[in-house]
Amino acid sequence: MAEQTEIPTTQRAEASPSAPLAKPDSAVIRDALGVGVAVGLSGFAFGVTSAGAGLSLLQTCALSLLVFTGASQFALVGALAAGGNPLTAAAGAFFLGARNAFYGLRLSAVLGYRARIKPFAAHWIIDETSAVTLAQPDRRSARLGFTVTGFTLYTLWNLTTLVGALGAGALGDTDAWGLDAAGPAVFLALLAPKLEDTVERATAGLAVVLVMVTLPLLPTGAPVLVASLAAPAVLLVQGRRERAKQARGTVRPAAAAAPPAPQDGTNESRTAAEEDRG
Amino acid sequence: MTVWIAIAVTAVGCYLVKYLGLSAPAGVLERPLVKRLAALLPVALLAALTAQQTFADGPHLMLDAKAAGVAAAAVALVLRAPFLLVIGVAVAVTAGVRALGG
Repeated sequence: MAEQTEIPTTQRAEASPSAPLAKPDSAVIRDALGVGVAVGLSGFAFGVTSAGAGLSLLQTCALSLLVFTGASQFALVGALAAGGNPLTAAAGAFFLGARNAFYGLRLSAVLGYRARIKPFAAHWIIDETSAVTLAQPDRRSARLGFTVTGFTLYTLWNLTTLVGALGAGALGDTDAWGLDAAGPAVFLALLAPKLEDTVERATAGLAVVLVMVTLPLLPTGAPVLVASLAAPAVLLVQGRRERAKQARGTVRPAAAAAPPAPQDGTNESRTAAEEDRG
Repeated sequence: MTVWIAIAVTAVGCYLVKYLGLSAPAGVLERPLVKRLAALLPVALLAALTAQQTFADGPHLMLDAKAAGVAAAAVALVLRAPFLLVIGVAVAVTAGVRALGG
């Protein structure tokens, strides 16, 4: 893959005037540290929750060290606390963690790491490192953002997990402190910058509807996976619309995977069905 | 002991999906449909996780102080507040509403 040689530009308009385009590293590091510190500190909430769910100090810390994907960790201790079967609880946590495969799929090309590095880099692939990395304009910034976010978040997440587990008894009812709101607020903050156009907003909206409808019906972890179907569903609808427009000759071919639309439109249902497998 | 089994299964499973995603052959990424899907899936998942963690108590839907906290976080995001402040607002408003509600 070709190295990017053009002068990288910072995407953030609010980049400080003292750090012009020639020195984007400071801007990348600032963004990475902001996310890494903020989310890393919420390991405290996990430590407290896990200890409150009856897991030992060692078990709580092992989760943060070895699983290192917050939503899965919360899902696992939640299911164990509710008296769930350990394997069912693990399945729920695994389903939640499955999204990291899709982040990895995207990061692979962006980071361009060699095969030797990948087993180590893989452990740091989570929502937050992906969000920071994918927001960077070039590979150099992407690697810097990934490393700084990953290192900061992993270190702090594990330290604050330990502190939270140790301090759980002293804190009493953690919900009274509002700590349970940290999780969804983190997800919302990560989601917000992605809601740029109609397709993304439609996907988010449909995902929320799907998860709310299926929550009372399906076992832990499954509703979030069902909600992920919003992405192919919205792509399918968008692809159909584009083909319809193309058939009328009103729109240039989009960068979609769709083959050139049949002019008579009779094959539309067949191609749509093909795309549905995606 | 069974808790340790759950931890081990979760740790191995979660690591493997991360590694498999990162190591998928480049050819898979060349397909525009896969690219668009991979870009859109995190949007769906993050939206679903936000809704689930805000409104779900196990398998039940509920509306409590947490919703007020997350709504406040949304306002902070619209006002372009920094990341830490957004989280802080959510936690503080949730705690505040609970304190008022008894």
